[in-house]
This record gives sequence, structure tokens and C-alpha cells, in this order.
Amino acid sequence: MTATSSPVPDQQAVPTPAKSAGVSPLRRLFSELTRSTSGFIGLCLVLAIVLLSVVGPMIVGTSVPGDPMRAWEAPSSDHWLGLEGAGKDTLHLLIIGGRTVLMVGFLAATITTVIAVAIGALAGYFGGRFDAIMLQLTDIVMTVPQIVLLAVVGAFYKLDSPTLLAVIVGALSWPVLMRSIRAQVLSLKEREFVEAAQLLDVGWARIVFGEIVPNMASYILINFIIAVTNAIYAMVGLYLLGLAPQRGINWGIMINDAWTKGAMFNPDAMPYIIAPVTMIVLLQLGLILLTRTLDEILNPRLRDR
Amino acid sequence: MPETTGSTAPLIELDTVSQVFHAKGQDLPAVSGVSLSVDEGEVLCLVGESGSGKTTTARLAAGLAAPTGGAVRFRGKDLQSMTRAERHEYRRAVQYIHQDPYASLNPIRSVRSTLSIPLRKHGLAHSAAEVEQRVDELLTTVDLTPAESYRSKFPHQLSGGQRQRVSVARGLTLNPKLLIADESTSMLDVSIRVSLLNMFTRLRKEEGVGFIYITHDLALAKYFAWEGRTAVMYLGKIVEVGPTPQIIANPQHPYTRALLDAVPEPDPELAALKKPGGGLLSAEIPSLAALPSGCAFHPRCPLAQDRCRTSSPQLKPAPGAEQDVACMVVTDPASSEASA
Repeated sequence: MTATSSPVPDQQAVPTPAKSAGVSPLRRLFSELTRSTSGFIGLCLVLAIVLLSVVGPMIVGTSVPGDPMRAWEAPSSDHWLGLEGAGKDTLHLLIIGGRTVLMVGFLAATITTVIAVAIGALAGYFGGRFDAIMLQLTDIVMTVPQIVLLAVVGAFYKLDSPTLLAVIVGALSWPVLMRSIRAQVLSLKEREFVEAAQLLDVGWARIVFGEIVPNMASYILINFIIAVTNAIYAMVGLYLLGLAPQRGINWGIMINDAWTKGAMFNPDAMPYIIAPVTMIVLLQLGLILLTRTLDEILNPRLRDR
Repeated sequence: MPETTGSTAPLIELDTVSQVFHAKGQDLPAVSGVSLSVDEGEVLCLVGESGSGKTTTARLAAGLAAPTGGAVRFRGKDLQSMTRAERHEYRRAVQYIHQDPYASLNPIRSVRSTLSIPLRKHGLAHSAAEVEQRVDELLTTVDLTPAESYRSKFPHQLSGGQRQRVSVARGLTLNPKLLIADESTSMLDVSIRVSLLNMFTRLRKEEGVGFIYITHDLALAKYFAWEGRTAVMYLGKIVEVGPTPQIIANPQHPYTRALLDAVPEPDPELAALKKPGGGLLSAEIPSLAALPSGCAFHPRCPLAQDRCRTSSPQLKPAPGAEQDVACMVVTDPASSEASA
């Protein structure tokens, strides 16, 4: 191994110093991340889109000048993706439009996952009355139609903040995940290591969130990613249907705009439709592929292979 | 003087505890009317075949289940009516080591993490260095040396024996006063088993830890509990209890005799002389759902008399021996002749 100058023979007496100790943690993380090729591609895709949407607007600016005289101009060397109906640069809009989509997706998914894991794990662990009440609540929330509620809320209030949209989507989509978390906790809590933790009197919060929930970490994270994709689809769908306010710029609004302005009948306007759709598809693909890497990192049994 | 009664009360006491399970509309009396007590530095071995209620009894003593009848008392206080602080003290003092180390360790926790959580939670180690040092001590105690090569291992990277020792180390984190070991050495190979039992004995003598040791192996009971007591269980009841040397050398209950006869005899000539089945009339264990009337052992008992089928025996001192036996034929031989 290391060619050290020390001539001491007792080196062999030192029993196998942990091999990983010599490798820097950054390097180890990198090797973990690259173990699954498709997972790594997914990670790169997601990082690229996040970078583009978060850093991009800082470079190109958030105000897009438009010249209505040049509406639906075809792509050129100045405007790589052409111009849209108001003569604004499509690429510029695309860069600005990602931030809201990502924000709504991750915020809604975080809200959904936190509610689902907290309620599901506690209901499964404690059972009894609490469980019954929580299941009742789940059933009620499940029956609330998101789109109709959003339409109603939009009609009564100025639904102009994407954050509010994210909160509504997040607060309504947890029941399915909650039920599967609860079912898993029902089985995990019978395992002996949970009993061992009870014997050591480490407290219910520690047992539920320290012993049981981490065993579902990869499952929860993968469901979080799926929740992100669902929230993005829900949000883009709301914009496309015109149920969400058409203010600001984001990929959903771009698709709606293209739709309402009849861009699909104009071959020169094709980039304006295809670009946001492609971005959404690439983001979703990246997220789904990323789950593979996450599974490998979080599952200690897969780690050593 | 409540203080003296508190100090004279045994560490753990089971007072005619019963545990009835309900399954498929049937009552299964897994444990019925068992009374035991263990004090600090004492060792009690629970011996019996599968389904005899050893594990259920141990779980009752460990507070993992509440008895359906009778009471479990820790230092004279009933577990059911303990205050929060008393319960806390009990929980720290009594630890249970599971039989299956594959299920009892959390797969997502490294050895270090498994051992450090209770240490931190109960304030037994504060700084990171202190935790590390205590973890190393515990690993050394259970012969997982050198400790540094085991600290960051995950359960799936360890063998069954190593896992079991981690599980024992976890049981020791809170410096318990009573360790309940449920066949905890059955997964280990012989040399490690002996070193673990020696480690238990050291804990018992040096730190006054009491033990309830569950096994189906009388040789282990003899090795580990020679200075303590052994209780033999059959279908949820104690049939014989007394000092281990007495139980081994001078068994009184026909079931204990059969168990001892069942220990394999290495000499083939002597082995050929042994009666098959240890002198039992039947090798079949009756179902808990349909226990025989009277003495539950009578269908298999070579000494069974008519009265055994109708009345059930009580634990009584055996004449001419130091142990208690639940067998009318042994404790009360005269009345059979009188009635016959």
C-alpha cells in the first residue's frame, strides 16, 4: 500500500485500519454518486436544470424586452429558440420560467412528505383512537378534488402567489403516501429492534423518527421525488387549463400561452411549445433517474456491492 | 420502616403471574401461576422445551408484556402501578437480550450508533470522546476486539455471533441490574458461547448483576447457573425449582429426570442401555389449547397414578431434597397408598 519510509516492522500488528479512512469524504461521495450510471445522468440533468433556472436569471436578467413587430420569428443566431407572440426571446423566457416550477414542485412535495410521514408514522406506531381519527381525516382529505378547490379558491381570492399554490397542492396530496407509510410502520414496529429501543427507554419520538422512519428513508425519498414530479404536473396542468393566474413567467404559462395563441398551427412557433415541454420532461426524467442513486446511497445493504 | 422493606424486597419478583393469549377463539395459557424471584448477583435458569412458556415468563419479567393475572414487582413495586420515575428506574435496571440477533439490531445503524444512542439519551456519556471511549469499552467487554474495526460496521457486515455480541453490548449500555437473556448464546459457536457466559459470570460477581437465563440446554444451565437456581418449566408451569446442583444431581420431578436422560451419552455402551425417549410414555407435547386434566404432565409421565388425572399438583418441598417439586407422587407418596 503506502510506501512509507518507516522501517518499523510492527505495521502488520495494526489490524486493517479502516480502508475508507484514507479517502476524502468528498471523493467517497463522488464514487457513491457515480455508482449507478443512469442515476448519475439523472443527477446531472436535475443539477443542470436547477442551475439554469436559479443562476440563469441572475445572468440574463428577469425583464424580457419584446418587439411585437417580430412576433413568431423563427430561430436565428441571435435568438436560438426564436421569438414568441409578443416578440420576446423564447430562450430567455425558458431560463426565467424554471424557478417557479421548481419552487412549487419542491415546496409542495416537502409539505406532502412531511405531513404524510409525521401522521402516517405516528398513527401506525400508536394505533388505537389516534390512528382511527387520522384515517378518518385522510379519507376526508382524499375526497377533496384539488382542481375544483383551486378553481374555487382562485375565484374568491387573488390566487397570484405560486407559494399558495404549492401549499394547497401539498396540503391535499399527502393521503396516499400517508397510508403506505402507516402500513409500513405497522410492520416495522413489530420488529425486535424496535422492542430493543423500547427496552432502552429512548422515548417514542426517538423510536418513531430515529429507529423506524430511517428504515423507510429510501422509500420516503423516492416518494418525495415522485411527489415533486406530481406537483409539477399538477401545477403545469393548472396553468395550462388557465385555473392558475397567468401572471409572471413559467413553463406552464408558456404552454398555456402557446395554446391560447394557436402557436401549434405555426411551424415557426414550434420551439415556443416544444422548449417548455422538453424542459419539464427532462426535469421529470432526471428526478426519476436520480431516485436510483438515492436508493443506493441510503440502503446500507446495496452500499457494499 | 419502608426503607428496609424496599431493600429486602427482591430485585424482581413474579407473583403467581399468568399470561393467556387468545388465538382463533381459543385461550392459550402460555404461563399460569408462575412465581419466581431473582436478586442482585443471583442467577436463575429457566429450562424447558419449546412452548413451555420460558420466553413468555421472561418477557413478563422484562415488562415487555403485562400479565393477565398476578403481579410483577421490581424492588417490591408492582410494574402496573409504578410512577413515571420508578418506571424509568426499572427500565434502566432491567434489560432483555433477544434470541435472534438478525432481527434485534436496526439494519440502518452502525455498531457505534446502536451503542451510543442509549448512552447519550440517558446521560451516561456526554462528549463525543466520552461516547467513543464507552463504546470501545463495551465492545471490549463482549470480546469484539479490536474495537476500532467493529465500531463503524453495519449489522449486515457482521456474522451472527458478532451481531449477538453487539446485542449483548447494547443490553449493557445502561449498566443494568438484571439481564434477561433469552437463549442469547444459542446463535454462538461453542468457544464464544463460553467466553460470553464467563463474561456474564464476571458481571454477576463483580458488579452484582442478576441474571435470568433461558435455555433448553441443561448443560448450559449447569455451566452458567451452578451457583444459582434452576427452574424447570412444562406447559406454562414450573414443575421443579431449586439450587442447580440439586436439580442436576438429584432430579425429583419425572419431567426433569426425562430432560436429564435426554442429554446424549457419549459412551455407546452406556447409550445403548438408555431407555429411548427418556422414559416418557409419549414424546408428544399436549397443545396449550387442550391441556390434559389434573397434572398436565400425566399423559407422558411414567409415574402417573389415578389422582394425577383429576387434581393438579402444587409446588411443594420434596422430601429428602432441597428443591420444590410440583408432583404429588413425589411430594406426597403416602396418600396414594392410602387411597389405593
